[in-house]
Amino acid sequence: MTISSTSAVTVTGVTRRFGPVLALDDVTLEVGHGELVGLLGPNGAGKSTLLSLVSGQRRPDAGQVRLDGRDPRDPRARTALGLTPQETGLPATLRVREVVDFVAGHYPEPVPTDELLDQFGLTDLGRRQTGSLSGGQKRRLAVALSLVGRPRVVLLDEPTTGLDVSGRTALWDAIRQYHASGGTVLLTSHYLEEVQALAERVVVIDRGNVLADDSLQAVLSRVGMRRVQLTDAEGVRREHLVPDSDAFVRDLVTAGTPFRDLEIRGATLEEAFGELVGQGAEQAAGTTHAGVTTNEGALR
Amino acid sequence: MSATTTTPAPAVGASDRPTRPFWALALLHLRYQFLETVRVPVAVLGNLLFPSLSMFFFVVPQRAVAEDPVVATVAVAGLGLFAVCSASLFTYGLGVAEDRQLPFYPFLRSLPTGPGPQMVARVLNGGIFSLFGLVPLVLIGWLFTEATVTPVRLVAGVGTILAVSVPFVLLGMAIGHALSAKAALPVVQVILFPLAFAGGLFLPPQMFPGWLDAISQATPTRAGRDLLVQATTGLEASAVALPVLAGWTVLFAVLAVLAYRRDEGRRFR
Repeated sequence: MTISSTSAVTVTGVTRRFGPVLALDDVTLEVGHGELVGLLGPNGAGKSTLLSLVSGQRRPDAGQVRLDGRDPRDPRARTALGLTPQETGLPATLRVREVVDFVAGHYPEPVPTDELLDQFGLTDLGRRQTGSLSGGQKRRLAVALSLVGRPRVVLLDEPTTGLDVSGRTALWDAIRQYHASGGTVLLTSHYLEEVQALAERVVVIDRGNVLADDSLQAVLSRVGMRRVQLTDAEGVRREHLVPDSDAFVRDLVTAGTPFRDLEIRGATLEEAFGELVGQGAEQAAGTTHAGVTTNEGALR
Repeated sequence: MSATTTTPAPAVGASDRPTRPFWALALLHLRYQFLETVRVPVAVLGNLLFPSLSMFFFVVPQRAVAEDPVVATVAVAGLGLFAVCSASLFTYGLGVAEDRQLPFYPFLRSLPTGPGPQMVARVLNGGIFSLFGLVPLVLIGWLFTEATVTPVRLVAGVGTILAVSVPFVLLGMAIGHALSAKAALPVVQVILFPLAFAGGLFLPPQMFPGWLDAISQATPTRAGRDLLVQATTGLEASAVALPVLAGWTVLFAVLAVLAYRRDEGRRFR
């Protein structure tokens, strides 16, 4: 990666309130150049507020935000920034090419419009007004707009919401390509699968606090849950989330509890995330849910 | 999706990439705003029709006004200025307040530019559409009244009216950035009509009592009207007109910048 004395994004002791609501509570976060970080959290957790501070749209009540070493409220800092507009926010009467030209015109060395349209499969839509695009086409345009200025840091807020599987995969490829060429990505998503597919590092936020900040693997293993499924003596399919599946099975056998069709697999990020925000794991369809149990408890 | 073209710019220390030049950004925003405005033809037509209809209702039927060359010219100038003030306050007061509620607006504020180029573009765009509105007004004045103007004075008048529109565009922007669309509408109305009346845009200020004339002299509308009347008819404006207008322009510019800085888009997450 590029050697630079400053991080791509530095957030130090940042607090932001909206009236009585504490959106961010003394949050500290550092994102180095070339990282691909996933921001996870339920709605209202503070993810969007954090992105709006990093992009200079808002100022923190306390603490400091730096983008590539500068205050993001300084326009010069934002020459290094790319951001997706919300798809519903594209100016409906303007043509695709006009919107790209307009956004590109703000940057010192933009990607030529034709190349960008080509890369995102939008060449044939260049003369269409954005109001007439489908949801998937608008999403592609939105992500294209975030990359037109050759930014060093890209903030992607829900980049593939509402896309079908092929559309999502294509956008993921574009994001991976950008990241592979040295770009820094800070991504929020409702799709845990998306964060799991793209991010190397995961930051979990809830109620304005950072609950976890670690590599994807570490966040998964920190929760360390294994999902054990089995069918018990009454023929009921049971599911247990346990920290140590080996000990669980050993105890199960030692206790002589009858079971069949034993299945063990690692917990998904979704389960880990649910555990972190204290909501318990999602109940899998068609199985009786035992919740997160200790090995002993599961056997009683 | 083909070959990588969206490669990030090379690291050159802490953001040493400068923003683009001010005027390049202002022209970029002007082009964008012009396109947005013309793609909604009703808004453009409204701007063209309003001053023309006012001429037919308030000036052409009054023979005493329409048949006196100087009075008719002053009336055209007054209505022209009212049209420009109204367009500026409504387009910018209400238009900016509405824009701020659109989801594209926070995105615009994340682009590498300060408020300057966008504001300059709004002023220029306001000027362009004010000019469109003046064309039918001048034609009606020429065809249906005795209003006269030499080509030199016409050009001077158009130049003056554009210069005079600047403080009103700035005031509109200050309102638009400070208030929601719902609040901006009544505020604009409450400001516009008293200012237009006190400024002598509807009735000539020669009819005002002394105390009202004194207040009138201090308004930006009166200062603008006097300068415009001087440009189109040669009647000398009062010596305070130019400093009064300049003072308001500076004040409104400061208010517009302050309102922009305070504004953080929608007030909720």
